[in-house]
Amino acid sequence: MKFKKLLSLGLVLTLSICALSACSQSASSGSASGKKVIKIGIFEPATGENGGGGKQEADGVLYANEQMPTIEINGETYDIEIVNLDNKSDKTEAVNVANKFISEKVSCVIGSYGSGVSIAAGPIFEEAKIPAIGGSCTNPQVTEGNEYYFRVCFLDPFQGTVMANFAKQNGYKKAAVLTQLGDDYSEGLGSYFKTAFKSASLGGEIVAEEKFQTNATDFKAQLTNIKNSNADFIFAPSSITTAPLIIKQARELGINAKIGAGDTWENGTIIDNAGKSAEGVVFSTFYDENDVNATAEAKSFVPGFKEYLKKTNQPDIIPAVSALGYDAYLAAYKAIEKAQSTNGEKIKDALKTISFDGVTGHISFDETGDAVKNTAYIKEINNGQFKFLTTTTIG
Amino acid sequence: MQLKNKNKIRNIILSIILILIVNGILSFLQVNKSDYYYIISIIQRSLVFAVIACSMNLVIGFTGLFSLGQAGFMAIGAYVTAIFTIPIERRPNVYYINGINDYLANIYIPWPIALILGGLVAALFAFLIGMPVLKLKSDYLAIATLGFAEILRAVIASPMMDRITNGSFGLKNIPGFSNIIELTIISAICILIMILLVNSSYGRDFKAIREDEIAAEAMGINIFKMKQLSFVISSFFAGVGGGMFAMFIRSIDSKTFQVSLTYDILLMVVLGGIGSFTGSILGSFLVTASKELLRFFDEPFLLFGKIEVSLFRPGFRMVIFSILLMVVVLFFRKGIIGGKEFSWDKIINFFIKPNHKKKDEESI
Amino acid sequence: MNLSIILQHSLTGISLGGSYALIAIGYTLVYGILRLINFAHGDIFMMAGYFMIFSYSIFPWYIAILVTIVATIILGVVIEKSAYKPLRQSPKMSVMISAIGVSYLLQNLATYLFSALPREYPEIPGLKKIFHIGNIYASLVTFLTPVVTIVLVIFLLFLINKTKIGMSMRAVSKDYEAASLMGIKLNKTISFTFAIGSFLAAIGSILYFTDRMTVFPFSGSMPGLKCFVAAVFGGIGSIPGAVLGGFFLGIGETILIACGQSTFSDAFTFIVLIIMLLFKPTGLFGEKSIDKV
Repeated sequence: MKFKKLLSLGLVLTLSICALSACSQSASSGSASGKKVIKIGIFEPATGENGGGGKQEADGVLYANEQMPTIEINGETYDIEIVNLDNKSDKTEAVNVANKFISEKVSCVIGSYGSGVSIAAGPIFEEAKIPAIGGSCTNPQVTEGNEYYFRVCFLDPFQGTVMANFAKQNGYKKAAVLTQLGDDYSEGLGSYFKTAFKSASLGGEIVAEEKFQTNATDFKAQLTNIKNSNADFIFAPSSITTAPLIIKQARELGINAKIGAGDTWENGTIIDNAGKSAEGVVFSTFYDENDVNATAEAKSFVPGFKEYLKKTNQPDIIPAVSALGYDAYLAAYKAIEKAQSTNGEKIKDALKTISFDGVTGHISFDETGDAVKNTAYIKEINNGQFKFLTTTTIG
Repeated sequence: MQLKNKNKIRNIILSIILILIVNGILSFLQVNKSDYYYIISIIQRSLVFAVIACSMNLVIGFTGLFSLGQAGFMAIGAYVTAIFTIPIERRPNVYYINGINDYLANIYIPWPIALILGGLVAALFAFLIGMPVLKLKSDYLAIATLGFAEILRAVIASPMMDRITNGSFGLKNIPGFSNIIELTIISAICILIMILLVNSSYGRDFKAIREDEIAAEAMGINIFKMKQLSFVISSFFAGVGGGMFAMFIRSIDSKTFQVSLTYDILLMVVLGGIGSFTGSILGSFLVTASKELLRFFDEPFLLFGKIEVSLFRPGFRMVIFSILLMVVVLFFRKGIIGGKEFSWDKIINFFIKPNHKKKDEESI
Repeated sequence: MNLSIILQHSLTGISLGGSYALIAIGYTLVYGILRLINFAHGDIFMMAGYFMIFSYSIFPWYIAILVTIVATIILGVVIEKSAYKPLRQSPKMSVMISAIGVSYLLQNLATYLFSALPREYPEIPGLKKIFHIGNIYASLVTFLTPVVTIVLVIFLLFLINKTKIGMSMRAVSKDYEAASLMGIKLNKTISFTFAIGSFLAAIGSILYFTDRMTVFPFSGSMPGLKCFVAAVFGGIGSIPGAVLGGFFLGIGETILIACGQSTFSDAFTFIVLIIMLLFKPTGLFGEKSIDKV
């Protein structure tokens, strides 16, 4: 009994000491070493639903940091220090991590893969006056009404329209939409696709709208309905974890319709897991490494980043989100250079005015903070590889 | 007698000093907000979970009802609070796909009232669900309340509710607490009410039911009514706690309130000690704070700066937590503070009069 | 909706129901004996999926299946010995919390060891072979699942009703203390029950995951809860009841999705549970139990 009491007392004491030490730690971390430091945060998931994609985006940022490790502010050289924290693809965790960034006194944050976490952390960054630059968060809500959130990619309404256009131009008339309940990315993109495909200018027909639960692994019932509707195009925006299952089960049920999705599907897992069934699957994405109209930045990025991928033992296909991560870092870099300050508010003002050529094209931000982009790349899985099909530009 | 009085005065003075100290620390943090964002957010989170853990302890620990519906009641409170407190001019932005229900579009309620309203709605649901469910035996009750929370989650995310709960898209732009002291006061009030309840004659009835249902019934306690009361009040505070949670994380969706959330709260209750509010409060601070402080377990650990220890990688800290939970369940069944409540007398005895303490122990 | 679509849906439903039934038996057996909802059962099922992935990468498929079954049985018995046995005299709530703790541990352990990303489940040769009759497509495993379920149930009923160990299982479930007074080895019987439950979970996981192709740390939690409900629906303690409950839920869920109500496909299970508990708390084939003072 006595032992237990002592143990519990010990536990409580350790906890309070820990808390105190954490206090002092966050307070003291400033410019300890003689050199001046400016901090940039990587706000990406390393675990959870979007762990894979988050890591790819973070790789882009880390590579960019390797290329541009210092910056000149008011004639002094600052080291750019990266603070990399995992938001676990979870909103609650995202809020914690966002607060931690503020305590770490970062000047700017890059991320996140997955719009939900960005939406959750947005108000916290705004309140603390820290600008955030999203890499691949395509949901309109991320930047809407938030002066401090920017992004270098296109938006879901645009992406939905692009895919609808693609389907129509390739002669598909009856589309089915399969989305994940409770998932804003999936439901949002699905709804934009629907609106665009049905619109007067395209005149397509939506023959089936099916939904599935989070964590579902069996889509046969939904797919049977889709099969019954005789759809010739299936639009199934969803996370990378469900993608191979949908593709395989559709083929198993003898569905031959074209399957399409959004940017999340550009991930090797699909080819690895779905194998032959994945042939012919199309999706829209942000970037292609073999683009002939690439910017100068892209031309130097491609070989350099491939080297980086080899060094870290990854397949040497450049994921689009890595390119976006690189561009987000570039945007932050240019803005800090222009602001000549580590102050978040000044960097935000500078971000509004910058204009430069990034890897994924020319980047400047509009009033809401979205990159002005009008081109999407459409890729197809062909012989076990992502093959660039076409670019679509919508004015 | 005189000694008792003296002790009482001493205790009041000690309590006032403690409150002042806490107030001082919090004010200090609040004033230097920019330096302590992270610490403040950990404290806020702990405070919110303290209320919810106490509410769960009220049914589980004091009434002996194994209810696992806490996440569901939190969801109700969170959604009610969120729907009414999102600034009106921001609402079209939030309901960007389907638009908002016309009746709700222009109703704005200040947050303290919205919190209470959220609690009341949760309590109403608890009352309705309690009628069939509370007649069940403990294990069926667990699975039925858990099922209820899941049903609720499905309803929230369903397309029919699109114009009210915003279905799959969740709610954002929920105004947060302006400072930490506000939140501390609300949490303290909620917990205080629960403590008073447990120490009242109702509380004694609850405990009687927990100890022996049949005996309690023989003593003339209306078992069903008391169970219902405990369940409804617990859900009320879970609802209020859910509303506070929504204000803390600022954006919610149906996925926030999964079964695992209930399990996390159960972890706090069990770790702190079933049947002790002090334990629940301590448990929520302990779990929340150490979840953050143990973060380094998730990062690759470099021994001597070179050799990577492969033990440390994402997920390791949750494994430690689960093992800790199992250790407490198997070996320290009363949790870290042994099912007792905080009191100055015990603390002073603990340090000053070791002999006296032993006697105390036996009597407990 | 034409006939072939209806047939296709029923095939999906029956196959899903078959795997549910196998897991539900595990719940019903354990509950029958210990009066404990083994919350970890769904996670044992999930771990069986991972065992298969790893043993398949080392051994040929028939040995891999054997290894999976043995490993799952060991896991189930170890859990019983370490997490439930020490609490046998404690209040019911402690045991239940312990069960939730084990489930929490297994999920976190799986996340830690195998990462949260889904892993591809190996294809046992032949099981994924696709048949089609007219417009109905299905793989062999879809047909096989209900058949395997029925065969195993018959075997199990024989075991429980005709063998000595089955008799002691029945005795323990009727009266725990009296049985031990009569010289029945309590610990052995309980371990045996867990072993059978885990064995069925292993077989169920092979059929279930072969059909669904991936395993991730939480793939056991929802099916686990549903199967407990299936066991309650059929009357806890009754094996035919659990089987019936499994099929009922599997088919019901599929019908809901087929009618475009997938929002409520998970909630359906719990609605069934609450309705059942309201009108017939003992389930379809359950026996009434009386609380002793």
